[in-house]
Amino acid sequence: MITIDAVRKEYRSQTGTVQIGPVTTEIPSSGVTALVGPNGAGKSTLLTMVGRLLGIDEGAIEVAGYDIASTASKDLAKILSVLRQENHFITRLTVRQLVGFGRFPYSKGRLTRLDEQKISEAIDFLNLDDLEDRYLDQLSGGQRQRAYVAMVLAQDTEYVLLDEPLNNLDMRHSVQMLGRLRDAARELGRTVVVVLHDINFAAHYADHIIAMKDGEVVEAGPVARIMDGEVLSRVFDTPVQVIDGPTGPLAVYY
Amino acid sequence: MAERTTMHDRRRLEASADEAAPVELSTAPADAAGSLGVLAAPRRVRARSGAFPDAASHRRYWIVLTVLAVLAAGAALGLLAIGNPMPVGSRGFWLIAEMRATSLVVMAVVATCQAVATITFQTVTNNRIITPSIMGFESLYTVIQTAAVYTLGVAGVVALQGPGQFLGQVAAMVGLSVLLYGWLLRGRYANIQVMLLVGIIMGGGLGAISTFMQRLLSPSEFDVLSARLFGSVTNASAEYLPFAIPLMIVATTLIWLNARTLNVIAMGRDVCINVGVDHGRQTIYSLVLVSVLMAVSTALVGPMTFFGFLVATLTYQLAGTHDHRRLLPIGALTGFVVLAGAYFVMNHVFYAQGVVSIIIELVGGTVFLVVIMRKGRL
Repeated sequence: MITIDAVRKEYRSQTGTVQIGPVTTEIPSSGVTALVGPNGAGKSTLLTMVGRLLGIDEGAIEVAGYDIASTASKDLAKILSVLRQENHFITRLTVRQLVGFGRFPYSKGRLTRLDEQKISEAIDFLNLDDLEDRYLDQLSGGQRQRAYVAMVLAQDTEYVLLDEPLNNLDMRHSVQMLGRLRDAARELGRTVVVVLHDINFAAHYADHIIAMKDGEVVEAGPVARIMDGEVLSRVFDTPVQVIDGPTGPLAVYY
Repeated sequence: MAERTTMHDRRRLEASADEAAPVELSTAPADAAGSLGVLAAPRRVRARSGAFPDAASHRRYWIVLTVLAVLAAGAALGLLAIGNPMPVGSRGFWLIAEMRATSLVVMAVVATCQAVATITFQTVTNNRIITPSIMGFESLYTVIQTAAVYTLGVAGVVALQGPGQFLGQVAAMVGLSVLLYGWLLRGRYANIQVMLLVGIIMGGGLGAISTFMQRLLSPSEFDVLSARLFGSVTNASAEYLPFAIPLMIVATTLIWLNARTLNVIAMGRDVCINVGVDHGRQTIYSLVLVSVLMAVSTALVGPMTFFGFLVATLTYQLAGTHDHRRLLPIGALTGFVVLAGAYFVMNHVFYAQGVVSIIIELVGGTVFLVVIMRKGRL
């Protein structure tokens, strides 16, 4: 369980002060939770604050009972992993070497056999086994994106936070990626939190949806409750109809 | 050797014991974790995740290391023996060789300092086209030298010589950079790009002060000063070495021990925090060690702006790995080969001593351009 208690964050921008929060919400254990909302709603900010990549001004966040501000970062790294949208670095690595960095919290860079096994598992889990010896700069954006996700899965944490993991992925790979994440949640008992732009992906693959708008959580609950024309119209500020599709509810907004 | 292996194994065992904790901590049952393996059992011999992706690049690394070591030994021997008027093995030969050996030790210290400092600096700043020299070390050195000549005349150069003065200059340079890092990398708006910019501007400002003072010097004073402002091994005096060598060894060892963390730092702040590395603290720690190395090198021989950059760039191409434990030795050796090689060429091919920094920049710049053109990446 991730508990977010009255969390507030202020930004200064050219147009004035942007405020996120106060946000108070809970993300249930196991299962996939999707953060949805219009641009600038604060979804990524909230996710990166939970992942301790961004400090919070007020309030507290607890992950599995550990306060993220006071728990040692190296201990949190075994409970919680987080992946940002953009990843750039100068090092030239193969896919397998990149995924190996996910084992750093345990081995501190001295990879053991168990580490190698976990790395292989994570690579296979994302169907990257044919690409594991390729350098990242030889891969397409979508393949690279999968390699990054494999890295955080190799970290073997109960909580996995991903900021827009469907970035750069085509239709087929988007479906595969969310399918794998849902498998990770169901079969391995992981808690996966993703920021998603497509509400229909969220409806199909997530168990819970948290809808944000203007820096605040406006709705949170199981998919059935959020997938409602009136609720979605309010969150996205645009008329949305929800119809019954062949595989569940579908939001139609165009 | 056997004892080392068992110690290593024990550490590995402890590492895997650590690993058991988070599994228990998570709600994932152990057999669920196993099912991931069943789900996708490895079908073939897997590649490795360590420093080298395959055996070929591992072999290549050792070949490169050996070739560099041979070249380094060759250059050192050549500098000691060639042009020595006494017959090899005689007492006079050894006396002359001993005097030349001091220069070789200085070269080794400078090469190690510059190579290790530049590689670490580029890793920490996540930028492969800069060098720590621009962070004001060399401008500060220039200001100190110029100010001494400006106030004391030609006697100023002499006044700056001696172990105490050497240590004073090292302390001033380290102090300045620690102040800069402490001020700019901590607090609310900590930002490494801002730190770099302020460092460059400060270097420019100090440089302007030096230029102003140099304008007011008499030609003879300026002549004496400018000899000190070209990086040259002959600037170093043997009496500095008992201070320079321990400083170099301590800082290099600390960076070496932190090499695995440096591999993570190279991945950027987000990955660092994600895997539990304290990015801010590690950055400042590494930069302080870098400043010690740069200060020792600069106070010893003067500015070597392009040298560290050249060596680091060559090292990335030669080593073929991201692992700093492999990069740093290649870097130090490459640095020594370049420096000693340049001296060898200048002394024995062109008979033009004292302009070594020029050949380093000329050859280095060309090599750098060729490498970039051919590989298309840094």
